[in-house]
Amino acid sequence: MSDVVEKTLTALPSLLSLDPQPGAGKLSATSKLGNLIRSVTELTSKHEEEKLIKKELSALKEQVSSPNTTLRQMKEIMVRAMYCEMLGYEASFSYIHAIKLAQQGSGLEKRVGYLAVSLFLNESHDLLLLLVNTVLKDLQSTNLIEVCMALTVVSQIFPKDMIPAVLPLVEDKLTHSKEIIRRKAVLALYKFYLIAPNQVQHIHDKFRKALCDKDPGVMTASLHIYLQMIKESPDSFKELTASLVAILKQVVGGKLPVEFNYHSVPAPWLQIQLLRMLALLGKEDQSVSELMYEVLDESLRRAEINHNITYAILYECVKTIYTIHPKSELLEKAAKCIGKFVLSPKINLKYLGLKALTYVVQQDPNLALQHQMTIIECLDHPDPIIKRETLELLYRITNGQNVSVIVQKMLDFLRQSKDEHTTIDLIKVKEEYLVVMVWVLVELRSILFLYTSTYAPDNVWFIQTMNTVFSLGGDVMQSEIPNSFLRLLAEGFDSAEEDTQLRLNAVDSYLALLQTDTSLLPQRFLQVISWVLGEFSFLKVGLEPSLVLAQLARLLEQGRITMETRSWILGAMCKLCGGAACVGVAGEVAGSDEALKDRVLPQNASWDGLEVDSSLSFLDGFVSDALAQGAAPYKPPHQRQEELSQEKVLHFEPYSLSMPISLSTCSLTDRQSPTGFSLSSGLSGNSAELSHKGGSGLLKMEGVQRVWGKEGYLPQKEATEEVPAVPILPPVPSQQQGGAVSVQADVPSHAPVAAQASELEQERRQLASSLFVGLGLQNEPCLMGKPDVAPQRFRRKARLQEPAGGSDKLSDSSYSSHSTVDSLLDSSPAPLVEDELSAASRLGEGLTTLGPLEDGPNTCDPEDTLGYQAGDEGEDDPPEASDGAAEPGRQASPCLPTELLELPHSELLSLASDHSLALSAWKVCGQEALELRLLIRNSSDSSLQGVSVQLTSDQLKVLDGANRAIPSVGGLGTVTSQYSVVMEMPLVQAMVGGAVTYRGQSESANELQFSVGLPLTDFLRPLLLSTEDYGKLWLSFSHDVKQNLQLLPDKEDPFSATLNVLKEELRLHLVEIIGTEGIMACQLLPGHPCLLHCHAHTGTLTVWLRSSVPDLPDCLLYHCQRVLQER
Amino acid sequence: MIKAILIFNNHGKPRLIRFYQYFAEDMQQQIIRETFHLVSKRDDNVCNFLEGGSLIGGSDYKLIYRHYATLYFVFCVDSSESELGILDLIQVFVETLDKCFENVCELDLIFHMDKVHYILQEVVMGGMVLETNMNEIVAQVELQNRMEKSEGGLSAAPARAVSAVKNMNLPEIPRNINIGDINIKVPNLSPF
Repeated sequence: MSDVVEKTLTALPSLLSLDPQPGAGKLSATSKLGNLIRSVTELTSKHEEEKLIKKELSALKEQVSSPNTTLRQMKEIMVRAMYCEMLGYEASFSYIHAIKLAQQGSGLEKRVGYLAVSLFLNESHDLLLLLVNTVLKDLQSTNLIEVCMALTVVSQIFPKDMIPAVLPLVEDKLTHSKEIIRRKAVLALYKFYLIAPNQVQHIHDKFRKALCDKDPGVMTASLHIYLQMIKESPDSFKELTASLVAILKQVVGGKLPVEFNYHSVPAPWLQIQLLRMLALLGKEDQSVSELMYEVLDESLRRAEINHNITYAILYECVKTIYTIHPKSELLEKAAKCIGKFVLSPKINLKYLGLKALTYVVQQDPNLALQHQMTIIECLDHPDPIIKRETLELLYRITNGQNVSVIVQKMLDFLRQSKDEHTTIDLIKVKEEYLVVMVWVLVELRSILFLYTSTYAPDNVWFIQTMNTVFSLGGDVMQSEIPNSFLRLLAEGFDSAEEDTQLRLNAVDSYLALLQTDTSLLPQRFLQVISWVLGEFSFLKVGLEPSLVLAQLARLLEQGRITMETRSWILGAMCKLCGGAACVGVAGEVAGSDEALKDRVLPQNASWDGLEVDSSLSFLDGFVSDALAQGAAPYKPPHQRQEELSQEKVLHFEPYSLSMPISLSTCSLTDRQSPTGFSLSSGLSGNSAELSHKGGSGLLKMEGVQRVWGKEGYLPQKEATEEVPAVPILPPVPSQQQGGAVSVQADVPSHAPVAAQASELEQERRQLASSLFVGLGLQNEPCLMGKPDVAPQRFRRKARLQEPAGGSDKLSDSSYSSHSTVDSLLDSSPAPLVEDELSAASRLGEGLTTLGPLEDGPNTCDPEDTLGYQAGDEGEDDPPEASDGAAEPGRQASPCLPTELLELPHSELLSLASDHSLALSAWKVCGQEALELRLLIRNSSDSSLQGVSVQLTSDQLKVLDGANRAIPSVGGLGTVTSQYSVVMEMPLVQAMVGGAVTYRGQSESANELQFSVGLPLTDFLRPLLLSTEDYGKLWLSFSHDVKQNLQLLPDKEDPFSATLNVLKEELRLHLVEIIGTEGIMACQLLPGHPCLLHCHAHTGTLTVWLRSSVPDLPDCLLYHCQRVLQER
Repeated sequence: MIKAILIFNNHGKPRLIRFYQYFAEDMQQQIIRETFHLVSKRDDNVCNFLEGGSLIGGSDYKLIYRHYATLYFVFCVDSSESELGILDLIQVFVETLDKCFENVCELDLIFHMDKVHYILQEVVMGGMVLETNMNEIVAQVELQNRMEKSEGGLSAAPARAVSAVKNMNLPEIPRNINIGDINIKVPNLSPF
């Protein structure tokens, strides 16, 4: 191409030196634009440009408003206005004239008018309504070009509300004789489908007609619609597979007219589209997939011409083959294809090859092994995009043995990008990497305990790497990164010894760090340091707290410390003061009462399960007193606002967002989801589900066992065996090396060069062997396979804080633990630390009061507090009469009806009472739902009127109406009311609140509030299935969690004893026990399945839970733990 | 879906901007600036795909671009488009421009912004690929141009347009962005 450019470059001067044509008057319109452009081009500064364009715009404004301006002139003005708009200057005065031009002009003027409209306006612009009539008129025009223009503008921008007006006309165009009109009409309809799907629902059969259109162009256009619809619901279009396969077969077979060829490839874009649709249809559907094997094979075979576009088809083919139900021959061919991409010298293909590898590597780690040398080369590629893709690939193959090398590579990448800090993309990439790295590190830390192999990185390495990450990350880091690290330290693992060691290492490392120059450390890192020192420095024997205090105080003196960091440091200092060698008043006061001190300032209690009574039941008395004195019942802010708006009161604030926002931030900070995982692009996004596709139905169970089987637990032995054996090198480089060696032997003069080359090669090989160790040898599961493991892990722990135990165990909560929760759960610790400080100051005043403890629940767990009080919308609903569930005063003594008696049920639980009513309830485990049977007993002599019961719960779903009205309850009589409750969102423990309102003798309205805690276990039911079904289900679930638990002591068979206890207590179905492994299944009403895979291993029980619902495994695991601990 | 098509020169001056998803005016300018910033930093021997821009669509979107002499052609697309497919679509678009303008150069794009838009409308409609056959596109555009001629409009041949502005004294002479012989399978154009 360069020679072509050169040719034209030499031609250009001669072209420009031609005499000016006097007849340029014909071009007067252009030259006005020309003048503008010339002046703009001559300008040197942005400021001048602005001045010039402003002048131009005011001139234009004058012209458009002049009545003498002809349409033709208007057309030219529009082009100039478009130019100004393109440069970023608003020409809003011309919008209305653009519409006028489209309306009044003919032919060319109309075209310019439409173009200007579509460039100037957006779909919600008011002026667009003025265009509707014009579009209608043009759609009915006999001039094909006008129809085309109208269709184009309709597909570009059209007000949603006006679609019904033009829809019939556009539909008519589907039967137009000209194919270009039909095609544009189809695309216009697609646009309608995108912005208002329900408006075009009735014309699905017309889409079908378009799909069968005799013109392939129209058919191609209709595929846009079908691709979209299949994406939304693949199941409803399965029957389309055969037709699509037939179309693809014809296309591939060259049955289309020649004009559809592009570089002699038949309709490549059409092929790509079809392949994508097939992938969506064949995903997880064997019978449908079988229909397409043949045509996929043919596509692979035919796409041989070495052109860009054939690679596009190949790439789609590969992706489709790996997405649908696997077929080994095809997989083999596809793998070969990926090789073509990865090994290609063309960088675009290499990029796609890496992407494809990332997509398939979890099914087939050997593929990565095959290309290990290329991957290593890509790591040093000058193109950061390639590098990034490679790192993503590496991250997916990370395991316990290669983690240190991979992390090192990532650190290198971070260091590099630090230098080029200016570009936004790199900062973003960096952020992503930080999140990923910390996740990798943290996650690996927890898993590595299973593999005490010598290859697993040790504590010191871990802490040091984290230090580097924090220093490199700077203040770009989101607070979630340090938080997850702190969580890891605080939560600990199953081995207390390891935990202590890790913490001690951290303390050592930070103390050493503080000795050096701290002025360069990022704020986030300082926060981490101070927290750790505050919490764990007591672990270091012989370390004087005053020493640490002095270090921290030195930090405080630095001018650049932010307020946030300052509060973290102060918090840490407070904790240190509370320690054994406490200073000042605190020590004196507390010193006299050891027991009190232990309760207020326990050591190493940062992660003791803090139980919070989220229902605030200890306040019930206070509340009912207040209510009795005529106080209004509490309503959460959003409800108040709703009521306000219902009352049509004027709003003085534009948007009443305050409440929902604070709620959502609460839940966000609690979740700890590493958002940076967007790094895994769309391509690799669903890889977790795909991870086991490689094998056929029978192999799947093997996949599971491989993870848990004996091999997985003997890494030591295998690891030592494998290290020398690891370099399964790709054939080409090894030949090269062999060649180099022989050259060295034979011809000494060439030796240095060859030796150098082989040295480089050797280095790479070493790197390769360390990177790919553990891959494909199947001695270890690919730890990085499921990116959602980590967040769940944290969620589980977070929830440990939440369970409303019902009883008031606050006295066990501690100063220390409460501060931990604050700093970890909240992204902005400042206010909470403040609370901590105030608590500390109160400590200073005198430790005799338990001030901070009273504040505990409010500050610790805002979410739960809100969650409890935020009533459901249900409260606003008018109470409906129940369908006869209320049975007034039938039974004298409370007893369940016989049909419920047979079901497992609880004792009668007393819920609440006041002077005239007593409320109690049974929980009955029904098949479909938990039956909550309320018993309302009138304890007064007189009858109560207008009794109504309202049940509210944000967390649970009441199936048949939450509000019930009961006409009256006679004196000393009882009524029951039964509710079916299901848990749609898994929670460890959920609350159902409610209120009974009634009018007593004095005709005054009374309300009795109550709440029932319903743990997850109440909603668990056995899921009866066979081992085979279990295997299938297991693979289809993507949310999993695993954890080691203690086996119950039992002389004969501790394993099955433990399983049986779990089965009985949690109502699980024990599917099968095979040796030391057992599988169990249950479902959470309403029908969310959860599978458990248990494995006994020297006194511990490893439980692996999987479910289709995100939080269910965590919640169930919590209950498993609880059950076993209680035994 | 194609979210936006941006054409700008080596200095970041926009030459054609077409958004298929609504963005406010200042956001559009910001996107152009950021895109230019990202694209212009890249050598010619790196891949034609870019991820990680922050403005359009977040992680789901990609920039696919080609660099011809003085001009960058950038397509912002979401994950439902094939990377290589779009890359060739750009090629088709540029070849079509070349055919319509007879040796297209940056000047043509500047002075016939509207015409470039009309050509683009025949290639991409509302963010969807409408036509990929160059002859078909040219035929459609010519059909419309005939209307222009029959109305006695400005049927300025591109060559004349160029000569009309030759005395414009432009500080930087826009170089030709000729894309070479179309029949050759553009091996030197696709810098893989």
